[in-house]
Amino acid sequence: MIPGRFDYHQPDSLTAALTLLNDLGDDARVIAGGHSLIPMMKLRLAMPEHLVDLKAISDLKHITVKDGSISIGAMTTQAELIGSAELALSAPIVKETALQIADPQIRYQGTIGGNVANGDPGNDMPALMQCLDAEFQLSGLDGQRTVKAREFYEAAYFTARDDLEILTEIVFPVCTGGYAYEKQKRKIGDYATAAAAVLLTRGADGSCSHASIALTNLADTPIYCEDASKALMNSGIDDASIAAAVKSCLEIIDPVDDNRGPAAFKKHAAGIVLKRAIDNAWSRA
Amino acid sequence: MSVEAKTLEERQAALKGLGTSRKRVEDARFTQGKGNYVDDLKMPDMLFGDFVRSQHAHAYVKSIDTTEAMALPGVIAVLTAADLEPLNLHWMPTLAGDKQMVLADGKVLFQGQEVAFVIAEDRYIAADAVDLVKVEYEELPVLVDPFKAELPDAPILREDIADQKEGAHGPRRHPNHIFTWEQGDKAATESILESAAVVAEETVYYHRTHPCPLETCGAVASMDKVNGKLTLWGTFQAPHVVRTVASMLSGIAEHNIRVVSPDIGGGFGNKVGVYPGYICAIVASIVTGKPVKWVEDRMENLTSTAFARDYWMQGKIAATAEGKITGLWCHTTADHGAFDACADPTKYPAGFMSICTGSYDIPTAYLAVDGIYTNKAPGGVAYRCSFRVTEAAYFIERMIEVLAIKLDMDAAELRRINFIKKEQFPYQSALGWEYDSGDYHTAWDKALKAVDYPALREEQAARVEEFKAGKTRKLMGIGLSHFTEIVGAGPVKNCDILGMGMFDSCEIRIHPTGSAIARLGTISQGQGHATTFAQILASEIGISADDITIEEGDTDTAPYGLGTYGSRSTPVAGAATAMAGRKIRAKAQMIAAYMLEVHDNDVEWEVDRFVVKGAPERFKTMKEIAFASYTQAIPGIEPGLEAVSYYDPPNMTYPFGAYIAVMDIDVDTGVTEIRQFYALDDCGTRINPMIIEGQVHGGLTEALAIALGQEIAYDELGNVKTGSLMDFFIPTSWETPNYVTDFTETPSPHHPIGAKGVGESPNVGGVPAFSNAINDAFRAFGSTHTNMPHDHWRIWKTANDLGLHA
Repeated sequence: MIPGRFDYHQPDSLTAALTLLNDLGDDARVIAGGHSLIPMMKLRLAMPEHLVDLKAISDLKHITVKDGSISIGAMTTQAELIGSAELALSAPIVKETALQIADPQIRYQGTIGGNVANGDPGNDMPALMQCLDAEFQLSGLDGQRTVKAREFYEAAYFTARDDLEILTEIVFPVCTGGYAYEKQKRKIGDYATAAAAVLLTRGADGSCSHASIALTNLADTPIYCEDASKALMNSGIDDASIAAAVKSCLEIIDPVDDNRGPAAFKKHAAGIVLKRAIDNAWSRA
Repeated sequence: MSVEAKTLEERQAALKGLGTSRKRVEDARFTQGKGNYVDDLKMPDMLFGDFVRSQHAHAYVKSIDTTEAMALPGVIAVLTAADLEPLNLHWMPTLAGDKQMVLADGKVLFQGQEVAFVIAEDRYIAADAVDLVKVEYEELPVLVDPFKAELPDAPILREDIADQKEGAHGPRRHPNHIFTWEQGDKAATESILESAAVVAEETVYYHRTHPCPLETCGAVASMDKVNGKLTLWGTFQAPHVVRTVASMLSGIAEHNIRVVSPDIGGGFGNKVGVYPGYICAIVASIVTGKPVKWVEDRMENLTSTAFARDYWMQGKIAATAEGKITGLWCHTTADHGAFDACADPTKYPAGFMSICTGSYDIPTAYLAVDGIYTNKAPGGVAYRCSFRVTEAAYFIERMIEVLAIKLDMDAAELRRINFIKKEQFPYQSALGWEYDSGDYHTAWDKALKAVDYPALREEQAARVEEFKAGKTRKLMGIGLSHFTEIVGAGPVKNCDILGMGMFDSCEIRIHPTGSAIARLGTISQGQGHATTFAQILASEIGISADDITIEEGDTDTAPYGLGTYGSRSTPVAGAATAMAGRKIRAKAQMIAAYMLEVHDNDVEWEVDRFVVKGAPERFKTMKEIAFASYTQAIPGIEPGLEAVSYYDPPNMTYPFGAYIAVMDIDVDTGVTEIRQFYALDDCGTRINPMIIEGQVHGGLTEALAIALGQEIAYDELGNVKTGSLMDFFIPTSWETPNYVTDFTETPSPHHPIGAKGVGESPNVGGVPAFSNAINDAFRAFGSTHTNMPHDHWRIWKTANDLGLHA
């Protein structure tokens, strides 16, 4: 649990950080809150020679709600997400999710940007971002580009981000409909055995005008359940459609055996957790 | 003087003696981060050690190449078994009569085993150098299942003793077999089983777990080559024994070794034994002439220092049709890992497992335990319990439930009709123990009444009906547990560690101005000794606990003792404290009589003073007596006021308790909720009720951890699957319920103040309460027993196997 040697850099601007990454190449890693990277370094599973810490870059820390859109700076901590009154009104599912991540001490340190950029299938924010149809702003020395959360994750720890890019901002639409993030875990601080993010909006006629479902830690990437989401919008919410949606989601997950239990159990738990999330979200819609 | 103006009651209260919820005096420094733990020690020129450990569970070590590591600037040395062999320190004796490799001697026997010890100028260089040591292994077949240890194709693990037919505890029938230990009457028990109206059978597995103290193990060794003295600071639950062992192993005279246990951040049995890190730190300091620190990290602690449990207990319990138990049979397969490093009194290779008749009047019983070697870490320590008592209590409390199912009886009633009755104490158990005192029926009835047991059963039955009708997916479990502990080892005639009798000690000095210091042979790891031992003494000698310093852990100053584990501090050192206090009081009586110019027998003790009989206005307070003892020439009496007592207890003490857990179980996810937990403890005389409550809360929380998820699991290749706190379950406040604590008070008849010890009761009684609740929830659906840990997926599997997900 003693990391290897590394040099530590604390640039005070995005350009400086990107320049460092460019100059240092493969030997450098960006560090945000560090709660994934530092344990990996202590286990010497990661041995970067340079850490580029983003915490001194003030532009990366903000929560802005404007014109029906929410933008969050990558270095915003989970605690800041939880504490934001604006966010609680404009996207209450973010707070509900963040409260189920780790424990209060870690949430003071852990950031939303680190959580979504690391590509760990156990992280909770990636599925939430897919559920919210968020877009990630990626900055490189050559300029910026935008990648949808639903297209960002390729495999465990592999994402659309280039090594020389920094994920700077997360943007998603205001969502004030029904919502739920349901997570089964063994204990505080644990990754999900199964977790589901659900957004459901009740139309004026009582129909389901918008539905979005994504799942955490049930494959090597977060799973956005496009078919199930669309089906709920078309069919409305009732016992049969919920059952169909759950069934559809379970067909596209691929959990693995681990200390949380075998895949068969996780699949069953995922179905239960998802059903509860849908019920909960609809009751709030 | 204001003291004299006080009433008797006020004077009594001012002592803060027995029965007072005195605040812990240790907490001021602990809560302010001012504790002094071994890793806080910093010394000029101090070096740091780190281990190269085996990633294989079973392999020959073909070669160790240290060239690259030695070339790293800042690396002082890399020790291997070849370096330790000339000192005869490449192996060390275990507490269980076996021996253990300090560094891999030709082969490794478990994942995480120590292979080489790097010594460097700083901690980071040491870790870097560990990566540079090249070890060539030849992998061997791995044995992780103790039931396969004696099959024809089983690999031989301990080739060093493969030919030895006789071990420390009798004959060995196979190279992978350590011992067979038998207690009770086999023939009589088997005959009862054959003819009994009802026999219930079950194999109960108490899984492998780990004490996982918050502070891991570590040591700083400092050899002073000028004066020839070795000082060893470390996380030792038994510092005096460490000194004696260090002397015997190193050849350094015992007076030239000083062992110090500074503040210890929890022990729970993990810090009783001697570990390779201690030996290597000592050797490294002798070789370099500089202080050497070794502190293990969390993963090293979980994977290489002493584990707990791993007992497969096959049981048969016989009863009449009415439920009167007539016999108990138990065969245990004990997985000891690669070396037999259990921390038990020498004559008890399975500890006090023979307390497995529990709280019940069982006339005939038989116990056999087979110790087996496997490719797992060594240990088998008493994790917050007296030696193997949690295993015994879990076994009998599960067997009672299994028998209740077989009899179709209420498990609370089955217990009641089988309890040892109050008038049967002292009670001779079928497996050889003499229970000192108890009143189980009173405790049991109080517990059942407190939770309104009949109402709980009604609610549970209604819940089952609702479940069957599809109205709920949650089941309710009621976990009953009535445990009897055996603690306070122990009488020297029966109990020793490496030959050292398990007495304990206290030395008291009263200062001229009437305050005092007492030193003991024990060592607190969080138990609050500095608070409670002062209270015992306050009541004995009439000096306020606030004016008494308690000191432990420095072998240069403390009297010899066997340390703190197995709830032995209060039963043994607490008794020594009271006895030493009485010696002080006896001398004080003579001094008081002299000062009051009366005969010794004409004064009597009253709270904090000696009073002339029949003349209450004539008295001398302890404070005045103390001053006189240093300032007056008293004929026939030595100056000063000091005493020492070495106490050899006549018997163990037998704390007991009645615990009830009520849990709700989500059948679909396996998620559990502890709705209610009631814990009644009877630990005899209560010294500090607040500390008792704290101990009970802590022990119950460790019990819930063990019952609901905490385990050291291995895969078939001997890889540890749960080597970090991501997977090894330590409950936080979130997972911990509110506990309701209660008590009865049945003093020990043989202990000077009637106290029995309490620190470990909640773990002993708590585990069966939680496990019984989970198992009880599925009783209505035909389940008899499921093994711990009851984590989500295993509970889900139980429900799934019973068809409850259909």
